Amino acid sequence: MSDNNLRGVWAIYKFELARFRRTFWTSLVLPVLTTALYFIVFGSAIGSRMGDVGGTSYGAFIVPGLIMLSMFTESISNSSFGIYMPKWTGTIYELLSSPLSAFETVLAYVGAAATKSVIIGIIILATSTFFVEPRVDHPVLMMGMMILIAIAFCLFGFIIGIWAKNFEQLQVIPLLVVYPLTFLGGAFYSINMLPPFWQTLTLFNPVVYLISGFRWTFFGAGDVSIAVSMGALALFLAICLGVIFWMFRTGYRLKS
Amino acid sequence: MSILEISGLAKVYASGTVALSDIDLTIQRGEIFALLGPNGAGKTTMIGIICGLVTPTRGTVIVDGKDFRQSYRKVRRKIGLVPQELHTDAFEKVIDTIRFSRALFGKAANPAFIEELLRDLTLWDKRDAQVQELSGGMKRRLMIAKALSHEPDILFLDEPTAGVDVELRRDMWRMVRRLRERGVTIILTTHYIEEAEEMADRVGVITGGKLILVEEKQVLMRKLGRKRLTLNLDTPLTAIPVELAEWRPELAAEGHELVYEFDARAEKTGVPSLLRRVSDLGIGFSDLNTRQSSLEDIFVELVHNGQTA
Repeated sequence: MSDNNLRGVWAIYKFELARFRRTFWTSLVLPVLTTALYFIVFGSAIGSRMGDVGGTSYGAFIVPGLIMLSMFTESISNSSFGIYMPKWTGTIYELLSSPLSAFETVLAYVGAAATKSVIIGIIILATSTFFVEPRVDHPVLMMGMMILIAIAFCLFGFIIGIWAKNFEQLQVIPLLVVYPLTFLGGAFYSINMLPPFWQTLTLFNPVVYLISGFRWTFFGAGDVSIAVSMGALALFLAICLGVIFWMFRTGYRLKS
Repeated sequence: MSILEISGLAKVYASGTVALSDIDLTIQRGEIFALLGPNGAGKTTMIGIICGLVTPTRGTVIVDGKDFRQSYRKVRRKIGLVPQELHTDAFEKVIDTIRFSRALFGKAANPAFIEELLRDLTLWDKRDAQVQELSGGMKRRLMIAKALSHEPDILFLDEPTAGVDVELRRDMWRMVRRLRERGVTIILTTHYIEEAEEMADRVGVITGGKLILVEEKQVLMRKLGRKRLTLNLDTPLTAIPVELAEWRPELAAEGHELVYEFDARAEKTGVPSLLRRVSDLGIGFSDLNTRQSSLEDIFVELVHNGQTA
């Protein structure tokens, strides 16, 4: 019982949330503004010329995709910054010399970043109600998936934060890999709308399964079955946890 | 009674650099131990291993009877580390960073203790300032406060006075003595001999990753202390007379001084015979003095011998 350091975990969690609070307004306004712009462009301007997608209006159809788009980027950037900054300023010496286990360290940093991501996800969902009629068939599952996806991408961001040697590397994966994969992962369309060749190719994009699964919790229908989506999410979580376990075990780019 | 036992500690970096080779060292509870050595000697690596920043290639560290791997939590709770570089957050308030450090080490909040700590380090008036507003000296004191925030039994100070002005250095020395009075064991690294001489109970000399000597400071100075006899000559000499060659003296101050180094503990120091020979030769001198060599002289000699051996 005494062999844990929950006070240490809580200290980091609070510290990280305080960091977010300092940039609260930009963090809050940015997703709201982005969402509003997407709704104006895709929902109203273009969406009005689009038919329904699987019985859902186009404006409502893109809500889950929009939430995912923001949450992916927010999760990765917050989590990677959280662990990269102490490395960059040198204050990581204190973390490494503290009586904190690897699991507790990850719990604190990823927990804080995921908390922020989920808050942003909820804000975007709330914002969307100003533009479209929201419909969430499976609210509990929706929240559960939102939290798990936030955790998965925060774990991924944590890996990038440890791996990155400079600010450029910190940006390169989110911008060059995650953003395109998300855009092409069915955030704004159903993959059924694509020609057959592209449909097949798209199935190699892991993000498709996450967006499809999340959309399923809204409308009870997705590009792939919910079970496959859940499996993909579990696999992604497992891979990230495995990599982080290896990083701490070997001290990769943390210890010399 | 020992509080820290290091045995067979070695570190070879991935690049192949041997930073430490088979260090054995025991630190007594409540002592001030100075690890003295030139830059790159392995001082920081050694501290890094004990504190969890560096993975050792082999060897063990026992802190207060606990293994540093198996019982890393218990071990780390007992240790406070002040690294050499100033690593601080920028936007936090001073008092928040101290509270954070204490909690990070698993200690319950204790406002009275934190206040006392900050007052001790003359940071109390700055408690609500952002860290980035502090001067360099204050930042260093802040790092010490962070290291002490969880009330450690052992404090590691890595080059505590490097690049610090004289006044702050004195403050630091006073603080270290106060901590010792409270029973804190202090291990500091330095390449300033003055610092080791001023503060340490024992001195370890490290160079090229090897601990070449560990000794009580007083004993060290006595044992290795050489003395230097200086004669102030009435008329300057241009060369050492052959009659004095067996003492191997040197001329200094453009021939105005004759300097003879001798082992103060030797049975025959050679001083009386030299003086006799000097007067036999009719070399007049107005004054003479002898001086104990400083730790610095000892150090230079040791490091030099260590490298040529």
